[in-house]
Amino acid sequence: MEWDWNFVWEIMPTLIQGVKITILATLLGSVLAAIVGLAIALARRSPNKGLSRTVGFLAEFIRGTPLLVQLYFIFYVLPDIGILLPPLVAGVIGLGLHYGTYTAEVYRAGIENVPRGQWEAAKACNLNARQTWTHIIMPQAIPPMIPALANYFIAMFKETPLLSAITVLELMNQAKSVANTYYRYVEPMTLVGAFFLVISLFSVVLLRWLERRYGKIER
Amino acid sequence: MTQWSGYFGLIMQGALVTIELTLMGSVLALIMAFLAGLGRLSRFFAIRALATAYIEFFRGTSIFVQLFWAYFVLPFIGISLTPLQAGVLALGLNVGAYAAEVVRGAIQSIGREQYEACTALNLGRWQGMRHVILPQALLVMLPTFGNNAIELLKATAVVSLISLADLTFQAQVVRSQTGNTLVPFTTILIIYFVLALIISWGVRSLERRMARGLDGVRV
Repeated sequence: MEWDWNFVWEIMPTLIQGVKITILATLLGSVLAAIVGLAIALARRSPNKGLSRTVGFLAEFIRGTPLLVQLYFIFYVLPDIGILLPPLVAGVIGLGLHYGTYTAEVYRAGIENVPRGQWEAAKACNLNARQTWTHIIMPQAIPPMIPALANYFIAMFKETPLLSAITVLELMNQAKSVANTYYRYVEPMTLVGAFFLVISLFSVVLLRWLERRYGKIER
Repeated sequence: MTQWSGYFGLIMQGALVTIELTLMGSVLALIMAFLAGLGRLSRFFAIRALATAYIEFFRGTSIFVQLFWAYFVLPFIGISLTPLQAGVLALGLNVGAYAAEVVRGAIQSIGREQYEACTALNLGRWQGMRHVILPQALLVMLPTFGNNAIELLKATAVVSLISLADLTFQAQVVRSQTGNTLVPFTTILIIYFVLALIISWGVRSLERRMARGLDGVRV
């Protein structure tokens, strides 16, 4: 089967619509993952053993099971108990929860990397818990986390095609519908692959830059 | 009350397909990981370039896109694969690319003095690799290989979308036949989690066996 450039230009507008949804889902998913991850990391540090164990197990469970099944779960099971979500919202929640369990580990490592002396100094200066976190711990813990977080957001971006399984009209779904209409798979599928490859190659450059910019902090 | 035993049989058949896919995918991934990982450390530029291109390509495009490409596009250029073959091929090549970086990192983490010792003992490049470097590097690789195997297990859920009757596919069958969503999806989430636990437990005990006799040599 020959590669047909005319066909490529014909389907381009449809694919670009898909790209917009893909990027939107990634951005919203990243924000949610950043928040969920922080919540999990803080809950696991909680002195309340029951809370930290439960959250720890749940995070482990979410990390050990496939994102696709979790998406099905959110999209098909929740309506039974009366929560009817639009596909994109269900997809963003799925991405955010799944990657939140990964970003939680990044936060944990970042917080544990702040030397003990900093905590003790904060205590010596009579700072309360809130002040210690906002003025001492967070400013030192966050910069080294940035490259690792970005890494997971890029990984999430590459998982967005899964949203097509719960009828979100993102890039992969648009490509599939185009392919099924014209019965030409070569161009749409290859374009989707090329799109992901190009973005990933760019993101490698971005990651290197982030690592140089934030990877090391002066002590 | 629905007759669950028949449906449970379906889910178990799906579990077998998932396990089969995970095992075959892992074997292919392991082969590709060593080929590409050692290839990246080759003396010859052509081999290094080829290995790098393979790794960047398969890490850069998403597993989902690769699977669809293998299943829908390859037939048009004359290569017809069964869903199982396409699944094993895509999973193995994708995870193999990630694992190749693990192989490279582990080999590079072995200290200079080990290489110097090889030279001092008049071992050839291959002999040194086979008898001195790899046995030590393998132990470094093992925990990350375990994580990669769990990623592969989770990625197998995607093959349900190219009509391979794995766990996720069977859960969808049960859902469409019974109209019940909670039971099938909860069941397969638990099965996936148990499989992931088995993998991490297996890798940990393998690690303990391999580390025996190396006490004090490496941490």
